[in-house]
Amino acid sequence: MAEKLDVLVIGAGPAGYVCAIRAAQLGLRTGCVEASNYEGGLGGTCLNWGCIPAKALLESAALAQNLKDHGAEMGVRAEHVVYDLGAAVDRSRFISDKLTSGIRFLFKKNKVELFEGRGRVTAPGAVEVTPEEGDPYTVETANIVVATGATMTSFPGFEIDGAKVIGSREALALRSPPERMVVVGGGYVGVEFADVFNAFGVDVTIVEMLDTLVPVSDPEVGKTLARSFKKRGMTIKTGTRVVSLDREASPMVLTVESSKGEEKLETDLVLMAVGRKPVIHGVGLDELGVERNGPWVRIDEWCQTSVPGIYAIGDVAGQPMLAHKGSHEGIVAAERIAGVAEHPIRYDNIPSVGYCHPEVASIGMTEEEAREAGYEVKVGKYPLTAHGRALTAGHNEGFVKIIADARYGEILGVHMIGYNVSELIGEAGMARALESTVEELAAHPHAHPSMAEALMEAALAAMDRAIHI
Amino acid sequence: MATKVVMAQLSPTMEEGKLLEWKVAEGDRVEASDLLAEIETDKANMDIEALGGGVVLKILVEEGQTVPVGALIGIIGEEGEDISALLEEAAAAASVASGAVEPGFPEEADAVVPPAPPEAPPPAAPVPPVVEPPHSKAGESSVTGTVKASPVARRMADDAGLRVSDIQGSGPGGRVVKRDVEAAIAAGGTVARATEPSGGAAVAHAGAPSGPRRLADETLEPSQMRKAIARRLVTSIGPVPHFFLTTEIDMGRALELRKALNARLTGGKIGVNDVLVKVAAEALARHPEINASWEGDTIRRHGSVDIGIAVAIEDGLITPVLRAADRKGLLEISTEASELIGRAREKRLLPEEYQGATFSVSNLGMFDIDQFTAIINPPEAAILAVGGTIEKPVVVDGEIEVRPRMRVTMSCDHRVIDGATGARFLETFKAMLENPLELVL
Repeated sequence: MAEKLDVLVIGAGPAGYVCAIRAAQLGLRTGCVEASNYEGGLGGTCLNWGCIPAKALLESAALAQNLKDHGAEMGVRAEHVVYDLGAAVDRSRFISDKLTSGIRFLFKKNKVELFEGRGRVTAPGAVEVTPEEGDPYTVETANIVVATGATMTSFPGFEIDGAKVIGSREALALRSPPERMVVVGGGYVGVEFADVFNAFGVDVTIVEMLDTLVPVSDPEVGKTLARSFKKRGMTIKTGTRVVSLDREASPMVLTVESSKGEEKLETDLVLMAVGRKPVIHGVGLDELGVERNGPWVRIDEWCQTSVPGIYAIGDVAGQPMLAHKGSHEGIVAAERIAGVAEHPIRYDNIPSVGYCHPEVASIGMTEEEAREAGYEVKVGKYPLTAHGRALTAGHNEGFVKIIADARYGEILGVHMIGYNVSELIGEAGMARALESTVEELAAHPHAHPSMAEALMEAALAAMDRAIHI
Repeated sequence: MATKVVMAQLSPTMEEGKLLEWKVAEGDRVEASDLLAEIETDKANMDIEALGGGVVLKILVEEGQTVPVGALIGIIGEEGEDISALLEEAAAAASVASGAVEPGFPEEADAVVPPAPPEAPPPAAPVPPVVEPPHSKAGESSVTGTVKASPVARRMADDAGLRVSDIQGSGPGGRVVKRDVEAAIAAGGTVARATEPSGGAAVAHAGAPSGPRRLADETLEPSQMRKAIARRLVTSIGPVPHFFLTTEIDMGRALELRKALNARLTGGKIGVNDVLVKVAAEALARHPEINASWEGDTIRRHGSVDIGIAVAIEDGLITPVLRAADRKGLLEISTEASELIGRAREKRLLPEEYQGATFSVSNLGMFDIDQFTAIINPPEAAILAVGGTIEKPVVVDGEIEVRPRMRVTMSCDHRVIDGATGARFLETFKAMLENPLELVL
C-alpha cells in the first residue's frame, strides 16, 4: 500500500473535496475516499442529486413560468409550447456530470489521491477502504476527516418507496410529471420542488407543519412566498401536519390535520422534503467513542471531534446542513491540520437561500430573534413593487428587509424575497463579516439599475432615509 | 508659519494637564521631536515633543499651572515672526475657557500638536498639522483614525468614550472588531482584551496537531499603587529600577536528564543552557506576570514567550531570540539556539532575530563565574544571570553530600515585578530543574 498519508478525507462532497484540495495545497499528502452510491459519488449529494441539478431544473421552471406569465407582454409570444420535463432532467444530469468530472481533474491537478470505495475508520490513523470489486484494504493516515454527509429521511408511515412516496433524489430524476403532487415540508427543498413541478403543470399542494413557508427566514418572507405560490395555482397548507397516508388507494389519500381539523387530500405522488439525517452508521465512529451532538458528530470550532486526529465537516458535523458551510469547514479543518488555521467559521453568518421563484435569501437574525437577544431593533424594509430593475425583469414582488441595531447600526440580519435575491445575500454577508453598519451599506453607490440597490435602499430605510419609498 | 503648541491629550481620559517643567526657554531653537515640556496627566507624567523645527517664540503657561486639553501653551515659529494674532486668539480663548465648563480645542486650531502615544516613534519629519473637524469632541474621534477597525467597533468605541487605537484588535491583520471593544468595555476602560487566540484555547486534544499559538498581548491598567511604585522607584534607580533575587539550584537531576537524552541522540547535543532556556520558558508560561513589559501607562503581558540568549561576541554582546520557547521541545530549542548563536558570532543575525525578546538568559558559567547580576534589556522585565555549576558539599537529610550546584540571579524591573512575584517564579524555575520530570506535566 501507499506510504502513510497526512490527511485522508472520507467523502468527496462539497465539504470533503474542498478539504482535500486545501490540504493538498498546503503541502499535506492527502487522499480522499469516495464510493459512488445512490445519492452521491464524487461531488456528493450537492453536485449529483442536490443543489446543482435542482438549480438546473429551477431554471427550466423559470423559463416555462416566464413564458406563461410574461411572454406575450414582453413581446415573445410562444405558441404550441411543449413542456418536456424529461429533457429538463437530461440537461440537469449533463451539468451534474460536467461538474463531477471536474472534481476528478482538480484532484489530479492538486495531487489528491482518490480511493474509490467505502471508507470506514477502524482506528485513529487507519481507514479501511472497501472497493466495489476486490478486497478491502487499509490506508494509514495521520489525520482523518469525516465528510460522509447526510441522506434523505422521512416519517414512519411515509417511508420513501421511490414510486408513490419519493424524496429529493427521485424527484430530480422524475421524467414524467404526475397530475397531482403533495410536497410534505415547506423548507427550501420543498418550495424549490413545488416551484419546478408547478411550472411543469403539476397540481401542487405544500403541507408545512410550522406557520409559514421557509420557516428559518423572517416570517414575512414565508408569507410573501405563500402568496406568490397561491397566485400560481398552488395550494399552501401551513400549520398543518401529515397524519397518515393510504398508498393502496387510487388515487392515494393523505390525511392532514390543522387547527381546523382533519382533512383528506387525494394525490398521485407524495414528495417528502422533511430534512436529512447525517450518515454516521457504518463509518466506524461509534466504535471509537467519537462523541455525538444529537444525531450529528460533535466538533469544536476547528472541526476536531472528541477523538484526537479525527475531524468531521459538512452535513455529518451539524447544522446548518448547507454545502457552503461544509466547504468552509473543510478549509478550516485542512488549515488546522496544517497548523495555519487563523479563524474559525462564524456560524452566525452563514447565508441560506431558496432558489424558488421568487427567490428567498436570509442571513443573521430575524427581527424576532434580534428582539429576543435584547437588541433595540431598527427595521429597514424596502418593497420591490416600484424597484426599477425588478420591474424591468417583470418580477416586482418581494422586499429586502434589514434588521439593524438601533444604537450602532450593526446589521443583525437581512431577509429578502424577490427576483435574483440569491445574488444579493453575498453582499449582505460580507457587510456583516466586516461589521459594516447600515451607514456603510447606504453610503456605497450601488450600480443603477440593479437589484443590489434594493439592499442600499433598505439600509437607508433603516435610518429613515429611504429615497424610493 | 508659526505653529501652536497645545496641551496634548496624552491619555484617553485626560481632560487637563499640569505643566511640570519647561525643557526649553523662549528664544531657544528646537528640532523636530525635541523635548519641549513635561506634563502631569491624571495617569502619569509625560513629555510633549516638538513636531517641527523653529524658535520658541512664546511660552504662555507657567510651570505649575494646570490648563485644559487643547489650550495653547506656547508658540514655535521663525525668528521675528509676528505672532500677535495668535496671542490675541489665545487670550480670547482663555477668557472663554475660564467661563466654560468643558475644556475644548481653540476654535481654529490649525496646528494642534497631536497627542503622541507613548509607544509611537518620534516623527522623523515635521508632521502635517492635524485639523480637527469642528464637530469633534474633545478627544480625537475614533471615526477619523486610521487604525484598522470595523465600523461597528468604531461606533461602539466612540459611544463608550474609548479610542480604537487603544484597543488591541483580534480580527484579520489586527483589525479591531466588535468583540474587542466589548471586551475593552467589560474590562472597564481602555484596557485591551485578552483575545480569544486563533489557535490557543482551542488546542483541545493533546496529541492532535495544534495550530501555532498566537496569543495576543494583553495590556493591563496598573493600579494606583503600581503607578506610584513605578514613579517613585525610577527616581531612585532609573529608568529601570532593578532588584535582584538569587537562589542556588541542585543540578543533579537536570544533568542526568541531559546526559540520558544526549545518549539517545545521534545528531546534535543538548546543552545545559538549552535546558535552562526550556525551563525558564516553561516557568514563564506559568508566571505570565514576569513575561511582561512596563509601557509608561500600562503593563504589557506578552502573548508569546520569546527568550533572548545573551551571546558574547567580538566587541560586545547580542541576544538572539528563541521565539515561543515554551511551545518547543528541548531538541528543537537546542537546534535552533545553536544555529542562532552560530550566526550571532558571525554577526549575521537579522534584526528580527535579535529584537523583541520578552525575557533573557545570560550564562557566564563557562567563564567560571559563580554568581553575577545582569542588567535588564528593556523593555523586558527580567533577566536571569546564570553562574557555573560547581560541585560542593551540601547537607542532604542531615548528611553532607557533594552535589552539583548552580546559582542564578534574576534581575527584575520593580515597576512590573515585586519581590514576592519574582520569588515565586524562581521557585517554579528551581523546582523544575531539581525535578525535571515536571517538564512533561
